[in-house]
Amino acid sequence: MSETETDLEELRRGTDLVKRGFARMQKGGVIMDVVNKEQARIAEDAGAVAVMSLEAVPADIRKRGGVARMADPADVEEIVDEVSIPVMGKSRIGHTKEAQILEAVGVDMIDESEVLTPADDAYHIDKRDFTAPFVCGARNLGEALRRIDEGAAMIRTKGEAGTGDVNQAVHHQRTIKGAIRELEGMKHEEREAYAREIEAPAELVHETAEMGRLPVVNFAAGGIATPADAALMMHHECDGIFVGSGIFGAENPPEMAEAIVEATNNWDDPETLAEISKHLGKGMKGDANADLAEEEKLQGRGV
Amino acid sequence: MSLIAGVVAVQGDVEEHAAAIERAAQAHDREVTVREIRDSGIVPDCNLLAMPGGESTTISRLLHSEGIAPEIRDHVAAGKPLLATCAGLIVASSDAGDDRVDELGLIDVSVERNAFGRQRDSFEAPLAVDGLADDEPYPAVFIRAPAIDDVGDGNAEVLAAWDGRPVAVKQGSVVGTAFHPELTPDSRIHGLAFFENGSADVPELEETA
Repeated sequence: MSETETDLEELRRGTDLVKRGFARMQKGGVIMDVVNKEQARIAEDAGAVAVMSLEAVPADIRKRGGVARMADPADVEEIVDEVSIPVMGKSRIGHTKEAQILEAVGVDMIDESEVLTPADDAYHIDKRDFTAPFVCGARNLGEALRRIDEGAAMIRTKGEAGTGDVNQAVHHQRTIKGAIRELEGMKHEEREAYAREIEAPAELVHETAEMGRLPVVNFAAGGIATPADAALMMHHECDGIFVGSGIFGAENPPEMAEAIVEATNNWDDPETLAEISKHLGKGMKGDANADLAEEEKLQGRGV
Repeated sequence: MSLIAGVVAVQGDVEEHAAAIERAAQAHDREVTVREIRDSGIVPDCNLLAMPGGESTTISRLLHSEGIAPEIRDHVAAGKPLLATCAGLIVASSDAGDDRVDELGLIDVSVERNAFGRQRDSFEAPLAVDGLADDEPYPAVFIRAPAIDDVGDGNAEVLAAWDGRPVAVKQGSVVGTAFHPELTPDSRIHGLAFFENGSADVPELEETA
């Protein structure tokens, strides 16, 4: 062995490197919403990189109305035991206790999600206190950098969940990328002023400008319902894809799941995409974003 | 003329490997051009190859469906270097203990997936690794990491162990690590796998000016 000795005492858990590193391992992959272990198995067999365990898919939450909360920890545990890929869980925005419970049952990442009913109108969870990494939604650069400042290890778009309409995910991704391009052309003092304007920490604004991208992994989420939708979000430079109701709301979930995984890998190859998209059966029905009343929209929760 | 470095890019932390290869090449005064591999037909052009971290079930599935798997076997059979990290190591092993992973059998070891636990158990720690450029421990990042269970007939040489379990091995032109050398700025593992790999065949191109 080497001249130096490995000291087991020097181990550190829950560092930024370990949390952000976990998120990086998901890149180029598809994370699928599942509500039970049978769905989790279908997702893993189709090539999902992780599953998001929740009580009901967003389309059903939307239909049902009422308060949407964290899933039953027993159901989350069943999913954790069923699959070998990472399991994520959703907590309400600002609900530190739901997040701690999810961490205690062993979820690998927590989604502090606007799909559930927010528990706190003013504050998000202080995510730096956790060993588990967090993913948070963002519609624009200011929101994204505020969440990263709070400790988020991954950002996702806040497309209108449960609609099957990709329109808002595209809008958020374009808004974030457009803001970063604008930043890249700015002088130091202009970036400082911009940071104040978007209510984001200046240090993160400079870091983003220098990297030419968000400092953490950036996924697409909300309204992705077909292989072509997943490919479109990869075309818009997302690092990977969350699919919610689009898989288990489709006529043939295993085939839809597999097709979305393949489309995410082959996003820039139209001929392969055409093959992948054939004979998938009906996709989820969905609701066009433009038809939703303002109060029906989830994306404005937790800014 | 520069070396062609391929990074398997069907899923996982591809850019990080690309950047680490570039840093290692610079430290060894070599010039590389990195190509991402999401399709068959690119591996045969590559002088060296990296298989990144990610999810082994996903990577394995896509390597086979895209026809990349046999090309990687040919690459190693030709004595060209391969660095396989975390999920890459699982896929490169001869036994991943999971039907959903179709192993490439490039390193004669069996691995245990998630051997150190779930993400809450993931960790970083300085690790003593044999054969590195200097004797400083390597800043190793273990993320839901596998461990090597059995080194079989001893064809694979153990380079590092954590708590008695092998976490870095070398067999012929292949180096496999359970941790993620691509996540830290220290490029010594990439250097070892590609430019100081005594058993690998890397063309001696003229040094960069």
